Amino acid sequence: MKLTEISNNINEWFSGEGPHSDVVISSRVRLARNLAGHKFLAACSVAEKAEILKKLKDVLMGLQLGDEVFYIGVDKAAVLEKQFLVERHLISQNHAYGKGPRGAVIARKEFFTAMINEEDHLRLQVLKAGCQLPACIEQINRIDDMIEEKIDYAFSPKYGYLTACPTNLGTGIRVSVMLHLPALKMTSQIEKFLNAAKALGLAVRGLFGEGTEAAGDFYQLSNQMTLGVSEKDIVSKFEKTIIPEIVEYEHAARSRLLMKEAGLLDDKISRALALLKNANLISSQEALFLLSHIRMGLNMRKYQGASTPAIDRLCALGADGGNGGGPKELSIVTVNRLFLLTLPAHLQLNYGKELDSPPRDALRAQIIRSALNG
Amino acid sequence: MQCEICQSKDATIHLTEISDGVRTEMHLCEQCAQEQGVGVKNYIPLNELLSNLLAAGAKEEGPMGLTDSDQVCPHCGYTLDKFREKAVLGCPYDYEIFEKSLLPLIKKAHDGATSHCGKIPSRVPKDSKNQIETARLRRQLEEAVKNEDYELAAELRDKLSGRS
Repeated sequence: MKLTEISNNINEWFSGEGPHSDVVISSRVRLARNLAGHKFLAACSVAEKAEILKKLKDVLMGLQLGDEVFYIGVDKAAVLEKQFLVERHLISQNHAYGKGPRGAVIARKEFFTAMINEEDHLRLQVLKAGCQLPACIEQINRIDDMIEEKIDYAFSPKYGYLTACPTNLGTGIRVSVMLHLPALKMTSQIEKFLNAAKALGLAVRGLFGEGTEAAGDFYQLSNQMTLGVSEKDIVSKFEKTIIPEIVEYEHAARSRLLMKEAGLLDDKISRALALLKNANLISSQEALFLLSHIRMGLNMRKYQGASTPAIDRLCALGADGGNGGGPKELSIVTVNRLFLLTLPAHLQLNYGKELDSPPRDALRAQIIRSALNG
Repeated sequence: MQCEICQSKDATIHLTEISDGVRTEMHLCEQCAQEQGVGVKNYIPLNELLSNLLAAGAKEEGPMGLTDSDQVCPHCGYTLDKFREKAVLGCPYDYEIFEKSLLPLIKKAHDGATSHCGKIPSRVPKDSKNQIETARLRRQLEEAVKNEDYELAAELRDKLSGRS
């Protein structure tokens, strides 16, 4: 399958739907697994890595997931394709720029990816829109069981699933949610959130995982402990305590902005709108930053009935439908689509060739302008 | 992707700077990033953590008069030094061979926990499953006593005594 078949569309996990979707963009569960009878990757020869890749690829391509799956040989993929897969959260940075035989099996609807030969032999992930961790764990468990019927995992009764790095030992699970927290940022409370997360033993990362800065007010929150606590307990802590609290804090910050600092809020949204509608050159970082304010404005109207001059203008934007259709409002889906399609690799893949920074910034600005100006 | 400065290690830190409208990108390894004064928040390099934590356990003598530092894994050829350097282990057997040295690190990474609790593959031998279930019940019992939930504690104690 060619990646351009999916690169022009938004994926399910970024659809803007699902519980608490105004704050929780997506939920993800990842499992780290290794094959019994093989060395971990750091000690493997190229031949052994290739053997593991073949074994796992054959098993994974035969899975009945209720969706078409396709395979990408990551070691042989072009840089742009690898970057595209990272932007879409289908593979990690480490996998994209790693060494040796490695690949990814991906469900066409993008709810499931298996990275083969990343840090561990197998990294499974299930992604869903909004706050849907229980559904993620249920699905990934089913897939894990199906795989385990065909192969033996490295497992010890004492330490659980054995992983290349002891920090993933035990359940091998990494539960994470991608959050959009613009109001906490705007009201200077984001440090408080980061400290609270740290105190709970959680890791906070940027939009594209390890080593990336938080761009566009997006934060990925994930567990770090994997031993001595069950998968169910980790998910339940996120679902019942951590997420509701963060959602409440972000909502409270949004309400406070509306009640006490409506002028500041209105100015931020107004500026974002003016720049996005008129700029001729926009970098990826700037687009994320400005679209974040637009997304917040739309969600505040939808969930809190907010009305400021800028929010009203924003909501009236899509009134003509853009295609001569009936009246419709600028939707979250349109904004989410802009977030994704204006990322560097998406932009270039859809354009059909590599572009230097200035023409890329011009193309990005043009796509945004035409979406917002109708 | 290689580090732009040392040209040898993998670049794990990716920086984008926009100055006077000009965008520049830098891709660095952890060490070079630190030398350039680029701080990575809340992040202790794993190698550093490993060295500190492994130092203590490695000197203790094992049953054969060997310290963990002298051991070489017969399955993958890894030593503790190699683990320190790579920050990942060579094979599943390393968890047994270097157990003494790894334990402090495992405890540190998992808030004191040293045994698995959670999913068990369906093909694990029945004995192992029993072991895990017993350990899980013991942990629940400790928790129940800590929370002064004596009714649950009694129930768990009965379950445990039924297993032995």
